[in-house]
Amino acid sequence: MTTRRAALLLLLPGLAVLAALFLAPQILMLESSLGRRSVYGGVIHEWGLGNYRRALEPLYLVILARSVALALATTLLCLLLAYPVAYWLGRKAPPRVRSALLVLVILPFWTSFLVRMYAWIFMLRTEGVVNLLLAHVGLGPLNLLYNDAAVLLGQVYGELPFMILPLYASLEKLDRALLEAAADLGAGPARALWRVTVPLSRPGIVAGAVLVLIPSLGAYLAPDLLGGARTMYMGTLIQSQFAVVRDAPFGAALSFLLSLVVLLLLAVFRRPLREAGGA
Amino acid sequence: MPGEVVLRGLRKAFGEVVAVRDVSLEVRPGEFLTLLGPSGCGKTTLLRLLAGFESPDAGQVLISGRDVTALPPHRRPVNTVFQHYALFPHLTVAGNVAFGLEMRRRGRAEIADRVAKALEMVRLGGLGERRPAQLSGGQQQRVALARALVLAPEVLLLDEPMAALDLKLRQEMRVEVKNLQERLGVTFVFVTHDQDEALVMSDRIAVMNQGRIEQVGPPEQLYERPRTRFVADFLAVRNLLQATVVSIDGGRAQLRTRGGAAFSAADDGGYRPGEMVWVGVRPERIRLEEGGDNASPPQLSGENRLAGKLEDKIYLGDRTDWRVRVGDETLTVAEPAGPARVRSGGQSVTVSFPGEAVLRLDSEGSEPP
Repeated sequence: MTTRRAALLLLLPGLAVLAALFLAPQILMLESSLGRRSVYGGVIHEWGLGNYRRALEPLYLVILARSVALALATTLLCLLLAYPVAYWLGRKAPPRVRSALLVLVILPFWTSFLVRMYAWIFMLRTEGVVNLLLAHVGLGPLNLLYNDAAVLLGQVYGELPFMILPLYASLEKLDRALLEAAADLGAGPARALWRVTVPLSRPGIVAGAVLVLIPSLGAYLAPDLLGGARTMYMGTLIQSQFAVVRDAPFGAALSFLLSLVVLLLLAVFRRPLREAGGA
Repeated sequence: MPGEVVLRGLRKAFGEVVAVRDVSLEVRPGEFLTLLGPSGCGKTTLLRLLAGFESPDAGQVLISGRDVTALPPHRRPVNTVFQHYALFPHLTVAGNVAFGLEMRRRGRAEIADRVAKALEMVRLGGLGERRPAQLSGGQQQRVALARALVLAPEVLLLDEPMAALDLKLRQEMRVEVKNLQERLGVTFVFVTHDQDEALVMSDRIAVMNQGRIEQVGPPEQLYERPRTRFVADFLAVRNLLQATVVSIDGGRAQLRTRGGAAFSAADDGGYRPGEMVWVGVRPERIRLEEGGDNASPPQLSGENRLAGKLEDKIYLGDRTDWRVRVGDETLTVAEPAGPARVRSGGQSVTVSFPGEAVLRLDSEGSEPP
């Protein structure tokens, strides 16, 4: 009984913070999503499902689908790029350089994502670094900025460390004897990778995929800065509802719709995630 | 010949550390050969050179008459039972056993049939759908055996496969694995640091020390006639003494240790008068008698009788080890369990042992640890 009481007592600060900073805003958002926009951008508290009905109109569903596609493409590209890096870091890199290289992986976090996006603009714009180099060899200039490819590039760049780190963690602890056993039983390197290494690094793959997929669904900075806000994604759409159109109730409804998609994806990933937690 | 292993001048160093130095060894087809030695003696490295997990700095590995030195592990006609089994945790028991057959692209029906037979062979029929984590240590070891043997390798390599089992299970598995090997006629190269295991299971034992093979021979030969100090020490010849050869007469070498103990040894032709030699006497070859007044100088009969004092008692159940002070030497005497004898430290005793029990050991070969 006393241990239970002590546990509750210890949980209290955390619960209070969650209630004040997560639950309360969510409730306020939910309430306003049911309301209506006033002429001057306020919220009229007359409840109805109009905003949700509107959010499910084809115009917005296309944007949602585009965001899901961006998130999936980002996740897939990150996985393909991160796996060899994490494999090399975790299994091949000399131990002495390993930690230094891991620091390099997280080094970008020392700079604000916003600043790093501006750096990409500097790289990709018509008079940017890449086009200057291309001009040297008599090519270009190419339109590298303000298109979907630039958005994807920015997203992949930003999310890559979140894929590398969990993959590294699961590949690094993979028992070398298991790979030797695979070779001993006749598996060449490619088949050992496919039949042993990849299945056993599944916890890392799942964790990385979730860590990349969910923030990518609501991506805002890359679409806004590298995409030039030409193509709407859920992130830019919601931002514009609050800041530009001043339709907070509709923005709130769109946010909840996005949260719902995230929850659905988490439900799909629930089993592998639990296994990942247990491993 | 299939199942034959020939090692020629194998050498492997890791940085400054030489793990295997110029090892040459022939393993006969169908033989159970044990690499015996303490940890760090190079026995596991030697096995890994055979499996192909390491490549030698010099020398050759021939398996079934074919030079496999340059072949990667998945191309060698050998399979390995790993120390901690290395079972694939994401596959079922049957999946583990089927793995090698799938790599060889066998048909579904053949795989199912051979997996079932292999599991039956190690008495795990019916456990095919379990995960390795759901099995006991002994069962996991059987899976590892089945996984390797299902491929019908010409040579099976075993890297301390019993080390993780408790003593009772280990003793059962010794007999079981030995029977299995005899039934299948597969060449086994078995690595262990456990001398009992080596003696029970092997056709021949190769004792390794500091990357070299010190002595190779059948268990009886190694036990009865260890050639070097290291082998003697490793095979429980507890009393190792340095002595001077005082004289040789009538097939007996008269020896005197630095500590002043004098006794005779049966001369095998290796003693030279005036020479310093190392000799060993097994604790179980020495007998204890009450009272220190029965001592006598070395006799022509060859029975050595020395006066001593009891020091420590080490009770081991089936026997008792006594530490006995003889002159400045301390001997270990093993007394089999029998009618209770009341003995205590400080008591005067006579130790006796025949001259045939004195083993002459080569001064060459490395120091015991």
